[in-house]
Amino acid sequence: MSLVRLEGVTRTIPLPDAPPLTILTGVDLEVNAGDHISIVGRSGSGKSTLLNILGLLDAPTTGRILLGDTDVSTLSSAARDRARGRDIGFIFQQFNLLSGRSALENVMTPLLYASGRQFWRRSAIAAEMLDRVGLGHRLSTMPEKLSGGEQQRVAIARALVRSPRIILADEPTGALDVETGETVMGLLDEVARTAGSALVTITHDPHVAALAERHYRLDRGVLITTGAGAEVSA
Amino acid sequence: MRNAATGFVGAVVEAWAELRIHRTRVLLSLVGVAVAVCAITSVVGLGAVAEQAQREFSERGGGRPATLTISSFAPDTGMPAPYAETRDAYAEALDRYGVTYSSTVLYTGIRAQFPDGVRDVSLTVVDADYGTMHRVPVEQGRWFADADAARLAPALVVNEAFLVALGGVELAANPTVSLVGAQDTTAVVTGVVPDNYPEEGPTAYILLDAYERVAGPEEVALGQPSLEAWVPPEISDELSERLRTDIASALGDGVEVSVNRNDFAAFGEDPFLPIKLLVGGVAALVLLLGALGLVNISLVTVRQRIREIGVRRSFGATTGRVFFAVLMESVVATMAAGVVGVLAAVAIVKSPFVTDALGQGVVDLPPFPLDAAILGLAASLFVGALAGLLPAIVAVRVKVIDAIRY
Repeated sequence: MSLVRLEGVTRTIPLPDAPPLTILTGVDLEVNAGDHISIVGRSGSGKSTLLNILGLLDAPTTGRILLGDTDVSTLSSAARDRARGRDIGFIFQQFNLLSGRSALENVMTPLLYASGRQFWRRSAIAAEMLDRVGLGHRLSTMPEKLSGGEQQRVAIARALVRSPRIILADEPTGALDVETGETVMGLLDEVARTAGSALVTITHDPHVAALAERHYRLDRGVLITTGAGAEVSA
Repeated sequence: MRNAATGFVGAVVEAWAELRIHRTRVLLSLVGVAVAVCAITSVVGLGAVAEQAQREFSERGGGRPATLTISSFAPDTGMPAPYAETRDAYAEALDRYGVTYSSTVLYTGIRAQFPDGVRDVSLTVVDADYGTMHRVPVEQGRWFADADAARLAPALVVNEAFLVALGGVELAANPTVSLVGAQDTTAVVTGVVPDNYPEEGPTAYILLDAYERVAGPEEVALGQPSLEAWVPPEISDELSERLRTDIASALGDGVEVSVNRNDFAAFGEDPFLPIKLLVGGVAALVLLLGALGLVNISLVTVRQRIREIGVRRSFGATTGRVFFAVLMESVVATMAAGVVGVLAAVAIVKSPFVTDALGQGVVDLPPFPLDAAILGLAASLFVGALAGLLPAIVAVRVKVIDAIRY
């Protein structure tokens, strides 16, 4: 059974004094456990919108999203939020670490919305996660004091700390130099594989895209498969 | 249930972390709330002291609630009923109903020998209970005891002006004064009360039994003494009627008995209502200003945190959770400010400077009113909820995908 499946997803945005803007058209995509998928495309091709729909942050205009075998449109807003927190981890291009909070506190943040053991042992779990990404010695360091690569590693730890089934990475190396980007992607790939999570990466970078097993290109809102393990170019 | 518990604890943890991280801003924004809560609590606390001062002042004049004034006279002549009979009838009636505090009251005058000559002295003839019933504030020495009635040298409780007229002698020197009457009597000053107003002349209190010996029973009868009885307010109306009936029966036809209530509480439902309304109005205004300041700061702050809220939403925070967390931030912060404000108010109200200025002459200085402390904390809770409500609404209206890019 797929983790998440998009069926005929279309997303249009109404514009004042103009015809609606179509961002995605008839997108079908299935993400299975352990998948590593890359999606490339030009700026404005709808990559981020696709990622937002996959992450339940946005809703399609038509078509449907199945999370497991549940149609997401049947879920309440709160149930959707909880499902997102439980099953999906986000990694942003600009890291989006919370300022004023240490690396440990940042990684603990998703666990505040968990329950049971994950909530009550959030500090230990977050520390363990940071240790896994090589930042066990920088638990109390503020994000401003971390390098770009370290910040993204904190963001990776934060995305993985609730052991999500899907990780959505939006240009994860976009704010890093090439060398650091490769290191971070290598880490993300490894951690995702170890955790058994599916990884969906949106990127401009062909090297990053090449790390995936399934490749897609978004062209004017249409998702085109470009093969499995093939060479891709953005 | 467990999820609700972790949700609540999680929201409080988030709120606390937010306050800790933004402590400088929070502290600055809460200064206004703490000051407002301190003001409202202080105003209510000081109001209680002022009310007590006003109450005691009123009680010194008309007695404590409920003080019944009993008098009897012949309606045909307007003359008082025979003194000895009325005194016995009063005593019997009060004894019947178990009235424990009562006092004869006779306002008269007497001539006293001072170093600079004989002067008229305003004299209030009373029984020992009068001191309790009228909260007589004895600042030196003591009020009368029942045993003072048997003293050969009558005891006097005088005002400060009396003591000054005696040459400024110390009470510890047991000053005496010669009372000029049918026969001169030497009285001993045993207590001193403050003057009622500046430039007041010499006044004194004397026990009824002692005054009878000094002036003679005829003089007492001529003065038309009345009797005051301190009774529970809730039964005062019924008791008034019974006392009137019983005493009238005892004194026989031709004597009319009047029993009136003259203490301050007899006039209207709550004689301190105007003071309370004024105090309450000022306090509410102060609080409103504090709340407006906090709402303003909270709104600005939440707009600065839109990205953070978006990130939290992306990690599973529901709209309800975001709403509650933002609201809790405000409530937790204002409650902390409220505690500080209430403590500051207690320090202000109980400071010697304030109690000396406002509670001048107050015998039973009231403790800091619990009502005021509860009101202060409730006000801070209300302000916190109010100030948190608008930002919380703003926070939940944030669109996650826009907020993340904010």
